Amino acid sequence: MIAEGGLAALWLAAALSLLQLIMGAVALTPGREEAGAMVRPVAIVQGLLTLLAFAALIAVFVMSDMSVKLVAANSSSMKPLLYKFAGTWGNHEGSMLMWVTILGLAGAAVAIFEHRVSNRMLIATLAAQAAIGLGFFAFLLFSSNPFERLPIPAADGQGLNPLLQDPGLAFHPPTLYLGYVGLSVAFSFAVGALVTREVNAAFARAMRPWVLAAWILLTIGITAGSYWAYYELGWGGWWFWDPVENASLMPWLAATALLHSVTVLATRDSLRAWTVMLAVVAFSMSMVGTFLVRSGILTSVHAFAVDPERGSFILALLALYIGGALALFALRVSTVKEGAQFEAVSREGALVVNNLLLTAILGIVFVGTLYPLFVEALSGEKLSVGPPYFNSAAGPLALLLVALMAAGPLMRWRRDRLKTVLNRMALPILGTAVVLLLVVVFAPPIGVLPTLGLILAVGVGIGSVAPLWGRNLRRTPLFTWGMVVAHLGIAVSLAGMACESAFTKETLVAAKIGETKQVGPFSVRLDDVEPVAGPNWTALEATLTASRNGGTAFVLKPQSRSWPNPPTETSESAISTRWDGQLYTVLGKQDEDGRWQLRLWWKPFVTLIWLGGGMIALGGALSLFGRVRRERRYHDRIAYA
Amino acid sequence: MKAKHQRLTLALLALAALIGAALLAASALRDEAAYFYSPADLQKNPVAAGKHIRLGGMVEDKSIKRLADGVTIDFVVEDGGAKTPVRFRGIPPDLFKENSGVVAEGAFDRSGVFVADTILAKHDERYMPPELTRKDGQVEHRTETLEQ
Repeated sequence: MIAEGGLAALWLAAALSLLQLIMGAVALTPGREEAGAMVRPVAIVQGLLTLLAFAALIAVFVMSDMSVKLVAANSSSMKPLLYKFAGTWGNHEGSMLMWVTILGLAGAAVAIFEHRVSNRMLIATLAAQAAIGLGFFAFLLFSSNPFERLPIPAADGQGLNPLLQDPGLAFHPPTLYLGYVGLSVAFSFAVGALVTREVNAAFARAMRPWVLAAWILLTIGITAGSYWAYYELGWGGWWFWDPVENASLMPWLAATALLHSVTVLATRDSLRAWTVMLAVVAFSMSMVGTFLVRSGILTSVHAFAVDPERGSFILALLALYIGGALALFALRVSTVKEGAQFEAVSREGALVVNNLLLTAILGIVFVGTLYPLFVEALSGEKLSVGPPYFNSAAGPLALLLVALMAAGPLMRWRRDRLKTVLNRMALPILGTAVVLLLVVVFAPPIGVLPTLGLILAVGVGIGSVAPLWGRNLRRTPLFTWGMVVAHLGIAVSLAGMACESAFTKETLVAAKIGETKQVGPFSVRLDDVEPVAGPNWTALEATLTASRNGGTAFVLKPQSRSWPNPPTETSESAISTRWDGQLYTVLGKQDEDGRWQLRLWWKPFVTLIWLGGGMIALGGALSLFGRVRRERRYHDRIAYA
Repeated sequence: MKAKHQRLTLALLALAALIGAALLAASALRDEAAYFYSPADLQKNPVAAGKHIRLGGMVEDKSIKRLADGVTIDFVVEDGGAKTPVRFRGIPPDLFKENSGVVAEGAFDRSGVFVADTILAKHDERYMPPELTRKDGQVEHRTETLEQ
């Protein structure tokens, strides 16, 4: 019954989104404005219905209802409760339902909270949101129905991929999707503004909090995903330039650019057309990412050709929405009035460079991710594009971008003088020079990119707090603090990346029981390897006793796990976090002589990577809170006057 | 600066940035994209030492040898008569074994041995590397080594 209820809610929500689209379109024709009164309530009910459908799917997963095909294929009654719950979105249909649910809820949130833009524009925005929703409802209902029943209920399910059976699954996909799909609001706003010809500063001020919220969640999602991959896969890496990772990085890059250009538009009324374009691009990247991950095209172009239904469906939606938005843009861009002027040396100028660099990096990631697919589709030749490409092509641009990030916030709006900007930057430049000197004199050769990264991290770290100098800190607006914290987070993260790649020590050995091996400053002794059992797995667990330069000993227990359902082996790393880095240990196989393979890493300051990511998100949150609070006060003052 | 000029300058700047990025991407792709080869392909067109490629084929019967350090293995990838010796230092995936398919990423050293830094395998007993058969949708699992 619950499954049927969920399906009914989904159909009803789809019908309402059609109604929302039609009512919105009608209300925009002159003389029919009264139809618009329906749009807000319909959007809210539609959001609630998608939530209901999603709750129904969670319920059948938690109850292990094996008569539902999706549950039987992806769950098992023996799983711990957390993974029954989170397993709801650990598969294609469930994750698409979550996608659509967030889309519906985002529309409902706009309908409830957005009162700053004109009624016409709000209606156009909600109609655009409904248009997106309609396509993805169709996708779900016609090619990925999550509630499909089996003719005969299965005895038990086939289980969840063991790599996903980790608390990370409960957290990472929902935040990532909230960010991903939250960008749809920016897209709808852009379409709404183009339709009603209201591309101006007020539009930007209304759109900014939504972009900011989506960007914060996307940042958290990517940071959490990076840490999850780091500890779960047991390869010791934190970013692999895997197409699936790139699929989340591309919307983030576009959203970061959008976040900065929307600020220019909101504050100075410049970059109108560009901001609208970026809003379209940002959500387009989310859809491209969805296509890459959900169509099966990444496994191989061939797998896509064998079962092309889903892939073609998403591809058609992509073409429809991106093409439609770009066509609308082309038709209406001439009606977007010229914004305010600014000099090349100014805050606006710096933000333009920021946007160009972010766009260029986005282009590089996009090409590297899609090129192998194109080549294979066209010529049948297979190739892979990996970290060497991304590091050598995007790395230098990213470092340049980070360097400019220190200068931008120190410039005045509209016009500034190069000399005064350089004066304000004296200390960061001095800091950079000192570290450069130290590195040249003392450091062992560590490669060009890590060296540059380390030097820049210090300079930019100083530079990013520079906007606070000479200010009354208590009267500094919250959103300025937000910017400072986020930029500092970039420097912290960069420092972590540079340290990790420059100073990591790795030992790969075969050890007998009782033998001690050295990695960096740690000596690690293999005490024992014993079988252990978990709720739905068994494992070989090593007991390692480690100590740093003969200090207090501590124990690590990496495992090699075997899962019966589906039959798989995974390795569970054991990590010990110190203030200055992490000791990371992995247990391998036993060889013919009875020795165990051990892989040990000492990764100095690797934790800064995710700490920085957290700071970036926190900075975004401060900014969002500060902006919303200031606007509240402003409106209250108008209301009382 | 006049309004029109500013718009034009911005558009030109954007164009220049995109073209620059495209050139950067194209040159990096030419240097860094790892093409897929089978031992038979390599027999016909040898690849220069140091060039990053993917090598795919079957692990030859009785060819896996573990070196004394316990973590380095030598094996031979074959494909219809052609053979390529491979060395890998690391923990290979579970389903890496003789007479089954394998994809190794790495480069040749000067003596003609393919030094793999990654071995790809799939958790499927019937596994063939995707480049050789390609029909299932299983997750790829990889293992990497020290030399990155």
